[in-house]
Amino acid sequence: MSHVDGLKCRECAREYPKGPVNICEFCFGPLEVVYDYGAIGKVLSRELITSRAPNMWRYQELLPLDEPPSVGHDVGFTPLVRADNLARALGVSELYVKNDAVSYPTLSFKDRVVAVAVSKSREFGFDTVACASTGNLANAVAACAASAGLNSYIFIPSDLEQGKVLGTQIYGTHLVAVRGTYDEVNRLCTEIADKYCWAFVNINIRPFYAEGSKAYAFEIAEQLGWRAPQHIVVPMAGGSLITKVHKAFQELAQLGLIDHAETCIYGAQATGCSPIVTAVKHQTDLFKPVKPNTIAKSLAIGNPADGFYAIQTMTQSGGWGEEVTDAEIVEAMKLLAETEGVFTETAGGVTVGVTKKLIEQGRIPRDESIVICITGNGLKTQEALLGKLTEPHLIDAKLTSFETLLMEKEAQV
Amino acid sequence: MAVKVRIPTPLRSLTEGQAEVAADGKTVQEMIENLENRYAGIKERICDDNGRLRRFVNLYLNDEDIRFLSDLDTELHEGDTLSIVPAIAGG
Repeated sequence: MSHVDGLKCRECAREYPKGPVNICEFCFGPLEVVYDYGAIGKVLSRELITSRAPNMWRYQELLPLDEPPSVGHDVGFTPLVRADNLARALGVSELYVKNDAVSYPTLSFKDRVVAVAVSKSREFGFDTVACASTGNLANAVAACAASAGLNSYIFIPSDLEQGKVLGTQIYGTHLVAVRGTYDEVNRLCTEIADKYCWAFVNINIRPFYAEGSKAYAFEIAEQLGWRAPQHIVVPMAGGSLITKVHKAFQELAQLGLIDHAETCIYGAQATGCSPIVTAVKHQTDLFKPVKPNTIAKSLAIGNPADGFYAIQTMTQSGGWGEEVTDAEIVEAMKLLAETEGVFTETAGGVTVGVTKKLIEQGRIPRDESIVICITGNGLKTQEALLGKLTEPHLIDAKLTSFETLLMEKEAQV
Repeated sequence: MAVKVRIPTPLRSLTEGQAEVAADGKTVQEMIENLENRYAGIKERICDDNGRLRRFVNLYLNDEDIRFLSDLDTELHEGDTLSIVPAIAGG
C-alpha cells in the first residue's frame, strides 16, 4: 500500500532509500519523503476519504507508512469550530478555530506526528523510541510508546510546566530533565542519537514524523467543505508545522481534491522567542538564533531547524509573521476561552494574539475566511494564568451568604 | 591555536573514522581552512559556495553557538573545543 518512493534532500536533491535517517550525508540538509503522486491520484478521492473512519488515517495515502498504522488508530479529526463570537470580537466575518486542544489522546497536535513516527519506528524494527521535547511531544511519545509496548526515553528542559512533566511521568517512561534550554537538550540528543540505536522521533525519524502534521491541514480543508481557507495563522517553534500546513494544501490541490491552494500563511511567535518572525520582518531568509524567555514554553525554540523553510512559506504564500508579548498571550487565552469556550495553552494564546494584531494591522482582511490553529490544551500550562484570573468567591454554606454575594455583585453592575 | 574539533558521523569518512580531530587557527574561519588542508573535501560539506556556513550546520565553540559570538570570525584559544552539529527538528 506504500506510495513512498524514498527520501530526498530539500537542499541538494540527493536521493536516499527509505530508512531511519534525517539529514543529507553531503550538505546536512533535511530529508523529505518523496511520494508517487501519480499512483496516489489514481486511488484517492473525496468519496474514498469520507467513506473512512473520522481520524487522520483517512488520508493514509498521503502519510508515509508502508504498512497500516500499528498505534494511534484514533488520532485526529478534531473539531473545526466556526468561531462567530471571537469573529465579532475581532471584527471579521468568517473565522474558524481548528481545535487540537482536544486531540486524542494527549491534547496536542503532537499526537498526529507521533502516531506516524511510532508506527514507522516499529516498521523499522526499533524497540526504543525517544525524543527531545518542550512538553507536548514528551506527552505524546510517552503515551504512544506505552500503548505500543515500546521502551521510551524522553528528554526535556528541567524548567517545564508541571502539567507537562506529570503528563509524561504517568506513562512510566524514562524521563530525563536536562539543565538547560530546549536547544541544549536537542543538541545533547543528537549526540545520544548518534551513539544509541533508538528511534528518536524528531531526529532520525524526523522525515516521517513531520509528515504527520499534514493531517491537521487535510482535516481543515475537508471540514471547510473541500476548500483551503484564504488565511491561516500557525504557531511556530521549530517551524515544521507551518511548512507542512502549506504542503498539505498544495498536495490536495495537486490531486484535485480541492480547487486551489492560495492560502496566505502567517506564522506566530512569542516576543521572548521570535527568531523566525524577526527574519520575516527584516525580509531576510537567514534567522539569528535567540535565547528564549517566554511563558510560551512549547514555542521556546531559539534555533529553529525549519526556520528557513518557515520564512519561505510565509513570504511566498503572501502571508507574514507577527509576535506577541507574554501579557498579550494571557489576554488572548482569556479572549478565546470567554468567546468560544476553548481553553488553549500559551501557544494558542500566541496564535490568537497574533491573529488579532494582523487583523488590526490590515494584513489579514476582515471579509475573508480565516483559520486560527489551536494546537495545545490550557490545562497543561496553568502556571501562566496563576493570579491572573478572577478569584473564586468564598462564602459560607448558607443561602444568606450567597444572597449577600449576589447583592454585592448586582450593586457592582 | 590548537583546538579540538568534534566530527559528526556523516563527516567521519573524511577523517579516517575519527570522531575528534585536532586543528589549528586563530579564528573559526582559519580552523576550517586548516581542516580542509588535512582532510580534503570537508570544507564544502560545512560551507556553501560563498564560504558561508551551510544553512543546516551549527558550529558550537565550547557549547556556545558561534552565531552568538562572532560567527566565522570568532577567535579561538588554546584548548577550545569546536563541535559540528547538524540542525534538528522541534518538539
